[in-house]
Amino acid sequence: MAKISEPNPDFTKMVIEAGPGSDTLMLCYQCGTCTASCPSGRLTAFRTRQLIRKAQLGLKEEIMPTEELWLCTTCYTCVERCPREVQITDILFVLRNMAVKEGYMAEAHKKIGENMLRIGATVPFGEEMKKLRVKMGLPENPPTTVGNKKAMDDFRKVMEECGFDKLMKGGKS
Amino acid sequence: MPQKFAFFLGCVAPLRYPGIELATREIFKSMGVELTELEGAGCCPAPGVIRSFDQTTWLALAARNLALAEAQKTDIMTICNGCYGSMFEANHILQHHPKELKKVNDVLGKIGMKYDGTIKVRHFAEVLYKDIGMEKIKAQVKTPLNYTVGVHYGCHFVKPTRVKQLDDPEKPKILDELVEVTGAKSINYRDKMMCCGAGGGVRSRDAATALRMTEEKLKNLKAVNVQMIVDVCPFCHLQYDRSQKDLPGYNIPVVHLSQLYGMAFGLPREKLGLEAHETKFNL
Repeated sequence: MAKISEPNPDFTKMVIEAGPGSDTLMLCYQCGTCTASCPSGRLTAFRTRQLIRKAQLGLKEEIMPTEELWLCTTCYTCVERCPREVQITDILFVLRNMAVKEGYMAEAHKKIGENMLRIGATVPFGEEMKKLRVKMGLPENPPTTVGNKKAMDDFRKVMEECGFDKLMKGGKS
Repeated sequence: MPQKFAFFLGCVAPLRYPGIELATREIFKSMGVELTELEGAGCCPAPGVIRSFDQTTWLALAARNLALAEAQKTDIMTICNGCYGSMFEANHILQHHPKELKKVNDVLGKIGMKYDGTIKVRHFAEVLYKDIGMEKIKAQVKTPLNYTVGVHYGCHFVKPTRVKQLDDPEKPKILDELVEVTGAKSINYRDKMMCCGAGGGVRSRDAATALRMTEEKLKNLKAVNVQMIVDVCPFCHLQYDRSQKDLPGYNIPVVHLSQLYGMAFGLPREKLGLEAHETKFNL
């Protein structure tokens, strides 16, 4: 027999109260302009309207583990076209934050987080690129956290104070 | 107009396409606008992964960058839609929600910093268009460029318009005008405002889906025979540049607007860092 998800009004309330923008959740009247506008949804099973409806109903168990939550490129096309001015991208960030807290995060994303804790940047920085910078007449290291110990210590401290390092140690997949 | 800006480098430009960094430094120098160094700035931080993981960390790291510029009493200028989007929106939240500002300042206090919300976050293309202006840019063009160009706005330059209010989200014109002032021709193409596919953490988590979106864009660009793609975001730049080797039949060079201006302003080609591009620039 098909399993029917139980609506969870507490979850809906949590989404609405979580952050600037997500208080527009209940304004959605399910017209589907978002789904029709979505460049990712053209190619995948991601359905923006459905995700918003599930959030309205508080179907937490259906939302948290779903891959579809991570198929949005945050392009804001749906937000621009929404006739009810639902801040869909803000709601998506809130839902992703909740999923991560439950332990749902991709290894590839964790690697980016680890690189942030190491050099304060999203991408690694290798010898070949340093050589190219010098050859072009730029300093070997850019004047950022890269190669600046004091700045990097500060940057890492901010992440740790927010609990980001611990957050990444959770994880289901 | 302000004669100086705190130059925010981000990650992808200095660590993958240093030509974008150098070309920006050179073109602003030639137009008489000072770019100060934002010593010790970190990642914006990346909206796709960091904001998706934890909005408090995202806000606090953005506030650290904003506070570095505030200490110089200088607005921030970015060369990347991602950095612009992240820091602009974080700044908007911090300036409109005292509770969030306090929370962030409690964290910044641990490293002896504080943000008061007094500066603006600017995108270099917006600075070119609104502060410097077409006349002054045109005066710098030494080699008019006779190229046909497909302009890629990306997502976070004009959107979300509710807070940015720069240009129309469906039919903007700023970048087309900025490209055409060099003598190049901006060609319209199908789904011009569509995303490159990389954002929101999709490229790192699901490269195949990102690539399919990029292929859709490239197909539409190829259909109108553009000679190059011009972008204003090193991350879109990377997505277009590095995806084409995986897509047989595509070989459209990709340049950032700063590099296009470098060519038009007569900078030596070696200062444009084109050798870092995977899709070779052969024009």
